[in-house]
Amino acid sequence: MQKLPKAIEFKDGSPILDMKQVCKSYQLGGSELKVLRDIDLTIKHGEYTAIMGPSGSGKSTLLNMIGCLDRPTNGNYLLGGQEVSSLDDDQLSTIRGAYIGFIFQSFNLIDQLNVIENIEIPMYYQGVSEQESFKRARELAVMVGLGERLEHKPSELSGGQQQRVAIARALVNDPLIILADEPTGNLDSASGNEILKILLDLHKQGKTLIVITHDDDIAKSAERVIRLFDGYIQKQEYN
Amino acid sequence: MFLFRLKRTIRLGIKSLWMHRLRSMLTVLGIIFGVSSVIAMLAIGEGASQDAQEKIARLGSRNIIIKTTKPPEDQSATGQRQMMKEYGLTYADAERFQDGIPNVRIIVPSRRFSQEAQYRNRRASIEIVGTVPWHPDISAMKVKFGRFIVSNDMQYKEGICVVDERVVKELFRFDEPIGQNIKLAGDYYRVVGVVTEQSNTNTSGNNFGNQSGEAPKAGGAKTGCVYIPITTVKGRFGEMSLQVSSGAGASIERVELQEIIVQVQQVEEVMPTRQNVQTMMTRFHKKNDFEIIVPLELMKQAKEIQRIFTIVLGSIAAISLIVGGIGIMNIMLATVSERTREIGIRRALGAKKRDIVVQFLSETLLLTFIGGICGIALGMVIPYFVSQFSQMKTVITLSSLILAFGISAIVGITFGLYPAYRAANMDPIESLRHE
Repeated sequence: MQKLPKAIEFKDGSPILDMKQVCKSYQLGGSELKVLRDIDLTIKHGEYTAIMGPSGSGKSTLLNMIGCLDRPTNGNYLLGGQEVSSLDDDQLSTIRGAYIGFIFQSFNLIDQLNVIENIEIPMYYQGVSEQESFKRARELAVMVGLGERLEHKPSELSGGQQQRVAIARALVNDPLIILADEPTGNLDSASGNEILKILLDLHKQGKTLIVITHDDDIAKSAERVIRLFDGYIQKQEYN
Repeated sequence: MFLFRLKRTIRLGIKSLWMHRLRSMLTVLGIIFGVSSVIAMLAIGEGASQDAQEKIARLGSRNIIIKTTKPPEDQSATGQRQMMKEYGLTYADAERFQDGIPNVRIIVPSRRFSQEAQYRNRRASIEIVGTVPWHPDISAMKVKFGRFIVSNDMQYKEGICVVDERVVKELFRFDEPIGQNIKLAGDYYRVVGVVTEQSNTNTSGNNFGNQSGEAPKAGGAKTGCVYIPITTVKGRFGEMSLQVSSGAGASIERVELQEIIVQVQQVEEVMPTRQNVQTMMTRFHKKNDFEIIVPLELMKQAKEIQRIFTIVLGSIAAISLIVGGIGIMNIMLATVSERTREIGIRRALGAKKRDIVVQFLSETLLLTFIGGICGIALGMVIPYFVSQFSQMKTVITLSSLILAFGISAIVGITFGLYPAYRAANMDPIESLRHE
């Protein structure tokens, strides 16, 4: 397995994500559907960015692109100083596991695994030893306030608790970027606020955060808001 | 690192199989039956073959057996019924073999017919074998107690007999047989020895009549043998026999010898000698009243039949394994589509395609492995019951176990690869969206 240059030190303020002229289009029944058009985007280490926009504006596609689940049709994408658009599937998988922490709207926990095991998944694919992985998973579970529920299955947890498991899972490999796709979208406002608080804490600890949201409160808490419309970056604001 | 992954992969596999216990169990059943039928079929085939070869080997691989058969009815003679039929091997034939064929070592002329034996109040149907002192030399027979017939018995036509262990069991039970007298067709014979049991060389086609007109037992059923000097048999029973055939009244038959066994020194001499015997017999017997049995030939035939038997049984069993494999593939495909979302999650969290393949393939392999183990257990039990209830000999060979397990492993890999491959090649974005 190829080792990633995890050793590169990123100081606050240095760009860890750099997209130039990134386009994404799909072939749909012979006609070309452009989902992203000429995206130029630079995100610095430690930044907290919110991405907003109406549905169909390309938010999720952009997030998938950032998260290396998808490859651009055109343009360049540097992640952590590495050109990503030319990597093969295995290398992309490794980068996802090591550099990216995903948080999904619908939590996406694996039902038959308990809390600890769910948190452990990304470490398993990075080849972390069992003891170390268990130790780290427990630390993170305690950190998100689930120290009492390590053996519980996702179905035995509330939505807020499930999302906290997902956050712990996203943090477990100490990723460069945390990507959250409407993390509060499936939660009631109380749980949503809890999750938001955890994300803010992470930002304060110096994590780089990219959040897709419809929620203006979340957008307000971010340092920078990017508004997408029809595949373009319509406008950028700094709070 | 590798072991650590393997351990966790297996644990994960067991966990998700355990989630769907009933489904996993039903899936495994196909493999269990497949593997156990391969083992059981091969065990039965192997047992049958060993049984046949043992029986043939007891006839002696260097022996040539010439038997009397009843010649086909003379077509021209149908109108005028012959009252006396004379056919079969003669003492002259035995002498001719002795003098006229090179390499011949031992010749055993013998008469065989069924009879009822009586000892005190016990009766048993047995086969009387009128034979010569050197009979044990050409067969696997061993003298256990006492002695066999000697030349003095021949010379003085002694009223003695040698019985085999089966007769001892049926007639004497716990009595000491040697020295006792048994009654055969009105005469008493003193038992002088006990020999080991011999396979019955009588084939069911040979229906030699005996004095009481009673038909001999079918060739398959085992009866004990009582050995009597051939001269005594000739003197006391004569050579005539009354044949009662249904509807056509009775006829008298005269047969000197039922059987002559010729032994050669080397196995290589068997076939040429057989040819000589054939030539000599056809010259002196115009009627087709003999058959030549060569155990060596039978053994070759038995091996060939066994090979076909094994192939047929093996393919039936292998087909059932393949059917089991298809069942596994079916279930795994269903599992993969059911767990599309999980695959997407794992891919997003850093799983490579290879990791997904390993995960699903190991589940399939676990299923077939468990199925293989249970199948071996069941496959070893079935032959036991078969031999318990049908008196068939079964032999489980190590190679059949390895073969069955190997096939099930191959089935697992073959039918597991495609579902695993499909799982790995799903688009992670699509699978994450999958509900």
